[in-house]
Amino acid sequence: MLPLLWWQALLGDTAKVFVIFNINMLTFVHMTWLERRVLAFMQFRLGPNRTGPLGFFQPYADAIKLFFKEETMPAEANRKAFVAAPLISIAAAFMAIAVIPYGPPFTLFGRQWQLQVADLGVGVLFIFAITALGVYGVVVAGWSANNKFTLLGSLRSSAQMFSYELALGLSWVGIIMLAGSFKIGDIVQRQAGSLRHWNIVSQPLAFLVYFVAATAEVARLPFDLPEGETELVAGFHTEYSSMSFGLMQIAEYINMITVSVLATDLFLGGWYSGLPFLPSHGLLGFVWFGAKVFFVLFVFVWLRGTLPRFRYDQLMHFGWKVLIPLAVLNIMVTAVMVTVFGA
Amino acid sequence: MIDAILFYVFAAVALGSALVVVGQRNPLYSAFALIVTLCSLSAIYGLLGSPFIAVLQVVVYAGAIMVLFLFVLMLLNVQPESQEEGSWRALAGTALALAVLLVLQVGTVLLHWHRPAPPEFDASTRKMAEILFSPRFLYVFEATSILILAALVGAVALAKKDP
Repeated sequence: MLPLLWWQALLGDTAKVFVIFNINMLTFVHMTWLERRVLAFMQFRLGPNRTGPLGFFQPYADAIKLFFKEETMPAEANRKAFVAAPLISIAAAFMAIAVIPYGPPFTLFGRQWQLQVADLGVGVLFIFAITALGVYGVVVAGWSANNKFTLLGSLRSSAQMFSYELALGLSWVGIIMLAGSFKIGDIVQRQAGSLRHWNIVSQPLAFLVYFVAATAEVARLPFDLPEGETELVAGFHTEYSSMSFGLMQIAEYINMITVSVLATDLFLGGWYSGLPFLPSHGLLGFVWFGAKVFFVLFVFVWLRGTLPRFRYDQLMHFGWKVLIPLAVLNIMVTAVMVTVFGA
Repeated sequence: MIDAILFYVFAAVALGSALVVVGQRNPLYSAFALIVTLCSLSAIYGLLGSPFIAVLQVVVYAGAIMVLFLFVLMLLNVQPESQEEGSWRALAGTALALAVLLVLQVGTVLLHWHRPAPPEFDASTRKMAEILFSPRFLYVFEATSILILAALVGAVALAKKDP
């Protein structure tokens, strides 16, 4: 196989960025519809069912509405910061997806491809760093609007993200030790073959910690205190309207999709079927991958329909005194196991 | 070539935002500028071929520490500093000292302008770990973690309310 010329590499990478961006956007768009429908069914309602078959085109109608709404800004707001905040959020959300593989490697035009923009040697850590930056979007949004509800929302958000980031990072250490690599590709590779190679089987505690911390990280119920509409109007994005509100919403959902894809890649065997008689290469791999991501996303909606919101002191207590000790315990046990029995 | 261009871009951003950190009277703007400085430094580490250090720079400084800074600044609602009078003498002294330091540094750089580039070195994560946990640095490394732990326990003890 010839090495890629520079323009071929550039074209290939551009195509990858285009495809991955659009996969994320389409998933986001239809996720909003799915969420509203499923939530409605859980509460014995119908949900949006008028625009298109089963209300499938509702998100497009919403988008058109948002585009044509008036953009408002509080008179006492810090104008530059107010405009910059949604941009920070969305930039961080889309930067994180650069190192995540979306599905198995496949052959096209006689070459090997994978839906992953950059296979960084520090892949998992890179995502960790970008999520750490994502919090600034929320913090700046809440502060710049010059409103006590938004400020309370962003204070809550910064404390919550900071606390649960620790547990999130620690939950990855076990699987990194098992794989002996930070590369997400290597971690998925390790889970090939039978179901018992999946990290959720060998690291169930880590998965539990990861999932809870990820829910808090993306501020979904039962951890949506930064928004907490019964207490803070709409939390940090109270003053946003029109498309800047839309951008905030997109960033939030892209983050949710990212943590679902990560859960699939790191814990649920990526694109491997988990059963030796079911092949997981080519198109089928994408099917398994999509199904797992969809399931995790569904669980997020399910949680929202089922659980009430935490109280703030409970949230802090749970993060620092339950999740982090559990994650550290998992690291210790895994380290001993890896030393004694080898990876 | 591209590396050089990127280096100058990030170096300029780092310097510019660092100047804002010092010159800005609103503490929140200073904090934001510091975040930009730290991110540009991280990019420079990445250009030097050490993605691990680059990512740690963002995670630890830009991610964790600066969020706490902002949290405290917003919680205390710190107002922009007003124009102070009467401390010009102290300021002038500091400025003079810093200027001498700058001249010395620039002089050193200019004197060693034609020194050959250092040999290529491996700054990958594995290599970093091997160096950190080699007998040469292991005890220092562990001693540092004990120091940090002691500081943590001390902070908790100070913050704890008397029963």
